[in-house]
Amino acid sequence: MTTAKTGRNTSTPLRIGFIPLADATALIVAVDKGFAAEEGLDVELVREVSWSNVRDRLNIGQFDAAHLLAPVAIASSLGLGHVRVPILAPFNLGLNGNAITVTNALHQALKSEADGDITDPKVSAAALARVVAARKRAGLQPLTFGMTFPYSTHNYQLRFWMASGGVDPDEDIRLVVLPPPFMVESIANGHVDAFCVGAPWNSVAVDLGIAHILHFVSEILQRAAEKVLAVRSDWASKNPEVLMRLIRAHGRAAEFVEAIDNREEVCRILSAPNRIGVTAEVIRRTLDGRLKVAPDGTFRSSDRYLLVGRKGAARPDPVQAAWLYAQMVRWGQAPMSDELLKTSLAVFRPDLYDEVLGPPAPRAPGEPADGVGAFVGPAFSANDIVAHLAPWSIRRSQS
Amino acid sequence: MSNPTSDAPLKILVIDENPIRRAILEAGLRDGGFENITLLGNTTGLLDRIYSVDPDVIIIDLQNPSRDVLEQMFQVSRIVRRPIAMFVDQSDRDTIAAAMEAGVSAYIVDGLKQERVRAILDMTISRFGVFDRLRSELEETKSALKERKVIEKAKGILMKSRGLDEEAAYGLLRKTAMSKGRRIADVAESLVSTFDLLRD
Repeated sequence: MTTAKTGRNTSTPLRIGFIPLADATALIVAVDKGFAAEEGLDVELVREVSWSNVRDRLNIGQFDAAHLLAPVAIASSLGLGHVRVPILAPFNLGLNGNAITVTNALHQALKSEADGDITDPKVSAAALARVVAARKRAGLQPLTFGMTFPYSTHNYQLRFWMASGGVDPDEDIRLVVLPPPFMVESIANGHVDAFCVGAPWNSVAVDLGIAHILHFVSEILQRAAEKVLAVRSDWASKNPEVLMRLIRAHGRAAEFVEAIDNREEVCRILSAPNRIGVTAEVIRRTLDGRLKVAPDGTFRSSDRYLLVGRKGAARPDPVQAAWLYAQMVRWGQAPMSDELLKTSLAVFRPDLYDEVLGPPAPRAPGEPADGVGAFVGPAFSANDIVAHLAPWSIRRSQS
Repeated sequence: MSNPTSDAPLKILVIDENPIRRAILEAGLRDGGFENITLLGNTTGLLDRIYSVDPDVIIIDLQNPSRDVLEQMFQVSRIVRRPIAMFVDQSDRDTIAAAMEAGVSAYIVDGLKQERVRAILDMTISRFGVFDRLRSELEETKSALKERKVIEKAKGILMKSRGLDEEAAYGLLRKTAMSKGRRIADVAESLVSTFDLLRD
């Protein structure tokens, strides 16, 4: 294939893995809207069923790149829970985008224990602590919360929120991994009382009338790196030029996604059965940040529900890598060391992003100064994780 | 609990939603001298069930989203009494690549010698291959059967509308296919769909 833009007369075949979730939008649009082809990339998108598969296929070279949980990119580079394979993230596919959804019964219980507006995470976390204490007194089983993976933003967002209210996520709650497609079924049949997952699963549960969306995760942290475009570090050094083209295609896709006039087309592309495979309308709610949060039809809106290209979301931010590493330390998944922190920071590569897409815009007005914007606690500092974690009494001892 | 470093028989847990593949794998493992096998088709409450089986080796197909549930067992958590490490290290990428190509993954108890597990993994990979061959043979048979039905139907249409006997109807289909460079089944398919179109 010859492209007018590049003059190349061959196209480079690439296999890229993804999980059908709304935060794969930039990747899917880069391919299906032809931005990748215009860069001379012949991309085969492979839909996967588990993060373990995506990680392993990327690690052993069956995928050239992947839509990957940001903490998995870091865990893989650190060799946590798995063989060490250095990964690079030159493009951030999304910030935020998850929600915490609870059964109608738990929502009712939280509301009756709430000292104020339950949509405030400080209030809801304190209410959760009271519900947990009441269950303990009554000799009931602990509440079960579902999340998607041990190294997932969902895991850390849930833990951060509940611990702030005095709930120990390992002692007071059963926190279990559930594949996203099983979340709704699990809440319907009573196997879990709540879950934290990305779109579209929260909306599906609310639409069925069996649950309430309690929080958008952007209410807990204003900015949290959710999924990244991940490549193996050795692949990147062997294919620097291909990587540049891949980043450019993603930059154009993210820009296209954020233009409101394109939204209908984007939702149609994403709704295809071999992509995300849910109705365009449900995807639209996610991209618009306007979600039905209760079976009675109450909606809640946020301009930061899922950030794909706006507010500087696509540029990898090493502060995010540091925050994720800090959570791994807090919850006993990783020991604290300057070496590991350095390795984590180096996974996120804004330099590669800037090389292709230009220097970063100044921080948008209203964006948190520390790059994270947690709803509680001191500002985050990547330079002193030990001091940052010190005030939190609920934490695991370092492994 | 068996001691994974001794020569005690290994406890193997197979998690696979496909009952045929499960049976093929079980037969293979028994042939290979492994007797202590538990089969799971349904992954509801997976961690608790793994807990009660207490396996030394877990085999799971890659189409199963519950692979992510297994990964939780690596975590420091009170749900887990025994850490289970994935059968992966730097020296063994070829075996892992072969397993992933075949569509399967394995987990072993920490401390279990890899030589003891290799036979299990090799067996698994080969049995997954057997299942794939069976499945594609079945699909071929199914589509051959479907083609035969279409040809029968096309013959019937020709016999009725052109007053031909069966042999002549088949001859006409074959002649048309040859002159157009197409397969008889394809010509028959076009004829049947055209006929349906005209009739409706």
